[in-house]
Amino acid sequence: MTAGLLTPRVLRSLLPALSLAVLLVAIFYLQPRAMSYFGINLLLNLAVPIALATLAQMFILTVNDLDLSIGSFVSFVACIAATWLSEMPLLGILALLGCILVYALLGALIYLRDLPSIVVTLGMSFVWLGLSVLLLPTPGGTAPGWLQALMKLKTPLVPFCVIAAIVIGLVVHLGLMRSAHGAVLRGAGGNPKAVARAGWSLLRIKVTMFALAGCFGVLAGLALVGLTTSADANIALRYTLLSIAGVILGGGEFVGGRVSPIGAVIGAMTLTLAGSFLSFLRLSPDWQIGAQGAILILVLALRMLINRAEARR
Amino acid sequence: MADPASPVVRLDGVEHRFGAVRAVAGVDLAVAAGECLGLVGHNGAGKSTLMHVLAGTLRPDQGALAVQGEVLTGRYDVVVAQRQGIRCVFQEFSLCPNLTVAENARILHPALTGFGWRAQAGRLIGEALDRIFPGHGIAAGDVVGDLSIAKRQMVEIARAFTVTDVPVRLVILDEPTSSLDAMVAGQLLAFVRSFTASGGSAILISHLLGEILGTADRIVVLRDGQVVATRPAAEFTRDSLVAAMGSVAKAEPGARPAAAAGRAGTGARIRAQPARQTDGQELVVHPGEIVGLAGLAGHGQTDMLLQLFAAAGRRGGRTLVAGEVALVAGDRQADGILPLWSIAKNITISSLRRMTRFGLIDPAAEQALASEWQARIQIRTPDLEHNILSLSGGNQQKALFARALGSAASILLMDDPMRGVDIGTKQEVYGIIRAEAAKGRSFVWYTTEMDELAHCDHVYVFRNGRIVADLARSELAEEKVLQASFAEAAA
Repeated sequence: MTAGLLTPRVLRSLLPALSLAVLLVAIFYLQPRAMSYFGINLLLNLAVPIALATLAQMFILTVNDLDLSIGSFVSFVACIAATWLSEMPLLGILALLGCILVYALLGALIYLRDLPSIVVTLGMSFVWLGLSVLLLPTPGGTAPGWLQALMKLKTPLVPFCVIAAIVIGLVVHLGLMRSAHGAVLRGAGGNPKAVARAGWSLLRIKVTMFALAGCFGVLAGLALVGLTTSADANIALRYTLLSIAGVILGGGEFVGGRVSPIGAVIGAMTLTLAGSFLSFLRLSPDWQIGAQGAILILVLALRMLINRAEARR
Repeated sequence: MADPASPVVRLDGVEHRFGAVRAVAGVDLAVAAGECLGLVGHNGAGKSTLMHVLAGTLRPDQGALAVQGEVLTGRYDVVVAQRQGIRCVFQEFSLCPNLTVAENARILHPALTGFGWRAQAGRLIGEALDRIFPGHGIAAGDVVGDLSIAKRQMVEIARAFTVTDVPVRLVILDEPTSSLDAMVAGQLLAFVRSFTASGGSAILISHLLGEILGTADRIVVLRDGQVVATRPAAEFTRDSLVAAMGSVAKAEPGARPAAAAGRAGTGARIRAQPARQTDGQELVVHPGEIVGLAGLAGHGQTDMLLQLFAAAGRRGGRTLVAGEVALVAGDRQADGILPLWSIAKNITISSLRRMTRFGLIDPAAEQALASEWQARIQIRTPDLEHNILSLSGGNQQKALFARALGSAASILLMDDPMRGVDIGTKQEVYGIIRAEAAKGRSFVWYTTEMDELAHCDHVYVFRNGRIVADLARSELAEEKVLQASFAEAAA
């Protein structure tokens, strides 16, 4: 490896962006017509809700927890948005705020009772799913007009979904990676004892991170229903695993507070594109999920190789 | 020295218990402004507990605490300690490895917020590093996890001396030089001197007695959670310090008569060298021998046991272990008991391979083994089918001994197994160990308690991952063990 610029550390941080670029180039090669305003919009507009859900998952991973309920939570939010929010906006808004509150309380519960987050959120995933079915027994409902209008916004030159992804990534990057409070939040993932010894309340940190996750989960549900215009109790169940994969693909780690918001957004986009890429290859949909897994394994294997190269130095 | 009438911190009759153990038993301590207080003591003397009390991370069960004459008993915690300018460099690592050096400085200073905080934090920690460790080679933007252990320690120490809104009054340094080389350690000690000369106070804990003698104004010696000596540093010498730390001519109840067989007689069952050993000194264990591993906690004894455990049954390599091995864990909650299982199942888990019939566990044999060992080492329970957690700590430990002794292992490795066990149970277990050794089993026993070494035929003292003393039973004396544990690089 050449000294200087291409150190393993630089390579590792570039890996998410490189994987996305490789995938984009492959898609444009297979289907040159995708290389247009319209084509990119079609390819990437579903990446916005996935990116938001991935960031929600990232907040939880930052404090060494895991959220197995994010998929059914996003579905539930979508159901609220397609029913209450358009029919009785006040009730809808209150319900969404209540959802965020429940997330914050989950954080407090997990911290105070020292419970494994996997168990708590796995249980919650069934609660959210049950609530969604109660609210919307059959697929349907209508997204509020303003939400549809927002998600279908025609921005000049660059499609809305790309701008939204960039803005979301940058905002979270500034908040979590650059701000003084973000440093404390991430520190709580790296060495909780040290952060507590410096006088910070771990309870408050945990509640903050879970509330943020709830907030981004709500945004993800809204964005999703704005695109699909109607909802269904199972609409986002696969987001749970996609969001975890997105964070890891973007350079985050399961423990230790090592996360990257921009990486997570890129990871979410990569996973969204992977589906389209496989369609362009004329791969049967039956194989697509497996092929997505293969892409994930490939990128993670590359990261392992880079890490090993680093350890050898 | 400043007027001792207004100490920076004053402790009166502070006491703290961990379960049945009195870690700190009525300590009075005062640190004057401009004073560097040295604190020494052997394992479990209560140094670290006392530091945690001062840092506000442990609330004492009893006793009064005052800062600058203001009594804060009962409402003293980490936040108050910070606000009073009391900082602590803990022995265990307390930086966040995922953050940069500057971000770690921010964690300690709530005042570092708003626009430009990053640059300010970087400047703060950079200046502290420059002052204490000139030529340190650490950038504020470095991620702590990427730094070497020594550099992390430097960052942690420098961070304790950074000032934003509260002046630093007292810095507690718990083994600050443990991972620094001599040159950097010298820089630190010189800085501590100049810090106290300019009116700050420091408490220095170190197992390097030369550092304490050369840096501290006054030395407090702790033993068994109590202060046993307080004198100006000038009145101590290395030898008088070591003497103060040890107990005075303790009786050895039930000590074992000298091993009858000479060491040369039989072939060795274990021959091993610690990974960091350079002078060829070996750990040798013969059949029927009880070998003690001594020295300060965390100086390579547990690593040695794990090395032996890993080498068991393997041929070749530098480590020879001839025979089956069983390990008695010290941290029984984490590494020992299976908390959801019954007492009987906890005892028989290591022996299951011998108790199968047609590939299935034979319940009768399992029952027989468990009851046999219950009777032999007297585990006090009405029913072996009760959950292991229904036992007291001492009896849980006995069950773990039963597990190891009940297995076919000819070598037992013991990782300080008597931690937090009451004295009666200890005596019983010592008896069992002696009886089993007489039958030809070998024991390798890491212990932090001086009294337990009296039961060993041979003692190896560890320091910095190496064997530094090899004492046969006849030469064993507490003073020698202390001397070797606290010795410094040859002058």
